[in-house]
Amino acid sequence: MNRKKLEALQGWSFISPALIVISIFVIGSIIFTIYISFHRVNLFTGYYEFIGLDNYKRLFNDTKVLIAFKNTLSFVAVVVPIQTFLAMVMASVLNAKIKGVKVFRIAYFLPTLTSSAALTMIFMFLFSLYGPINQIALQLNIINEPINFLNDAKVALKVIMSMNIWSTVPFFMVIYLAALQEVPEAIYEAARVDGATNVQQFFKITIPQLKPITTFVLLMGIIGTFQMFDQAYIFSNGSGGPENSTLTVALLSYRYAFGQNSTMGFAAAIALVLALLILVVSLIAQKLNKSDTLY
Amino acid sequence: MKKKIFKVFLYLLLITYAGITLYPFLWALFASFKPYKEITEGALNLLPKEPTLAAFKALFLMDDNFLGWIRNSFFICTLGTVINVFLNSLAGYSLARLEYRGRNLIFNLILVTIMIPSQVLLIPNYIIIKSLGLLDSYAAILFPSAINATYIFMMRQFYINFPKSLEEAASIDGLGRIGIFFKIALPLAKTALATQGVFIFLGFWNEFIRPKLYLSTPSKYTLTVGIQSMMSRYGGITQWDHVMAASVISLVPILIIYIVLNKYFMKGIRMDGDK
Repeated sequence: MNRKKLEALQGWSFISPALIVISIFVIGSIIFTIYISFHRVNLFTGYYEFIGLDNYKRLFNDTKVLIAFKNTLSFVAVVVPIQTFLAMVMASVLNAKIKGVKVFRIAYFLPTLTSSAALTMIFMFLFSLYGPINQIALQLNIINEPINFLNDAKVALKVIMSMNIWSTVPFFMVIYLAALQEVPEAIYEAARVDGATNVQQFFKITIPQLKPITTFVLLMGIIGTFQMFDQAYIFSNGSGGPENSTLTVALLSYRYAFGQNSTMGFAAAIALVLALLILVVSLIAQKLNKSDTLY
Repeated sequence: MKKKIFKVFLYLLLITYAGITLYPFLWALFASFKPYKEITEGALNLLPKEPTLAAFKALFLMDDNFLGWIRNSFFICTLGTVINVFLNSLAGYSLARLEYRGRNLIFNLILVTIMIPSQVLLIPNYIIIKSLGLLDSYAAILFPSAINATYIFMMRQFYINFPKSLEEAASIDGLGRIGIFFKIALPLAKTALATQGVFIFLGFWNEFIRPKLYLSTPSKYTLTVGIQSMMSRYGGITQWDHVMAASVISLVPILIIYIVLNKYFMKGIRMDGDK
């Protein structure tokens, strides 16, 4: 065997484990999802019945789909802008030349390390009837009687939103911080000489300079929030309740896929539409932020 | 003067935010040392009035599964991390260093998979796992995530910048390609290996959806799924002291890794700005 052939053989054998996993569980699976979405699937008998576009048509008639998309879109619309803005502000504060920043950075990072299961449990406890959130609000006379955050359809999703913002800001802050270190100090100095205030500097220098990173953070935020599952599942014990208020698209797809009925094909259609929606929204966000230097 | 006021304001902001970040953890930590009665009283004291180890005793001594969940999590994380680090490096090395037809196509394929939402893959993956007879086994979790496209990409970038001269010298000394990989390429990539290892471990440790879907026997649960199963366990009543203790315990290994291997965390997200 000549050298070139040997190298090709080695190359293929080195990459083959990765290639096998990707072919089965990613590429093959996507094609499989599309196939499933045109069928009615009975997992017990293993019977796939072709039903054309029925699963997709059903998307428009299913009331739960409408609720889930509404919940998910409002979740994205609230969480993504707030998390991005807070992360940027906190990163610029941490980037200011003050002492002890390292200690703060370590403290801030804690939520990023914690599992969504433990985080959701802790937040449910904080927001429970006798939890500190209710007690503080009672003592400050904001409310007269404790709010049942966990079982009130009006506030349940808001609890998850606040938890999500709280837990994701530190990670994005760290990404912004790394980018901020690259912004030349001279720009700020020049602005100060011209008499720009700190707030002006933030809006006129920091935000424009960070634009490429903001695109990245927005995309990560959009992709993450659109797929929100763990927190909603744990919060509602898989039901999406109270009154479907925490039913996200990902959770709905999961419920239809792995519930008692033969609705796996419909669940696949929901998942595919979600993926398409993520793609479209990501492209729009990228366009709006007018930045082509993502990497 | 104005500058000083601004600085004080910045510190206040940082401290307030640190308070917001830490308070839930402290509340959870101290609640796990409170008797259940004190928790349901609705008082605002952070520190327990009558500290007790009852919750921890209940978990470690009385619960049939809790220790097992910790063991299961460690087993999956360790095995998953070792497999990932090895296979990702192997793939990254192949893409960076070996010449063969189809290499660029494979590289682009791997890049594309990074962008695919995992939600789309869950249903077909489940059917495949089921038909392979792997339901309720750890292979169901380990097999589909035996590799990670992001870290294959990272290792490729690493090996592209890796000095060729080292490998050439080894080759002259009569080392074959496999020998070069194991004796030169892997040992000299320690930092890159540790960086991906730390994040992969964290990912496995905190994962929820797939263990929840695939593992049905309670004794096989991972810690995250186990903690979730403690919700409303006693006829709709949640034993919050137990749940908080379990959540706090689940954080301990991660915190230790974070503190000990901090520099690799920083590398992974380019946090090391102040050098």
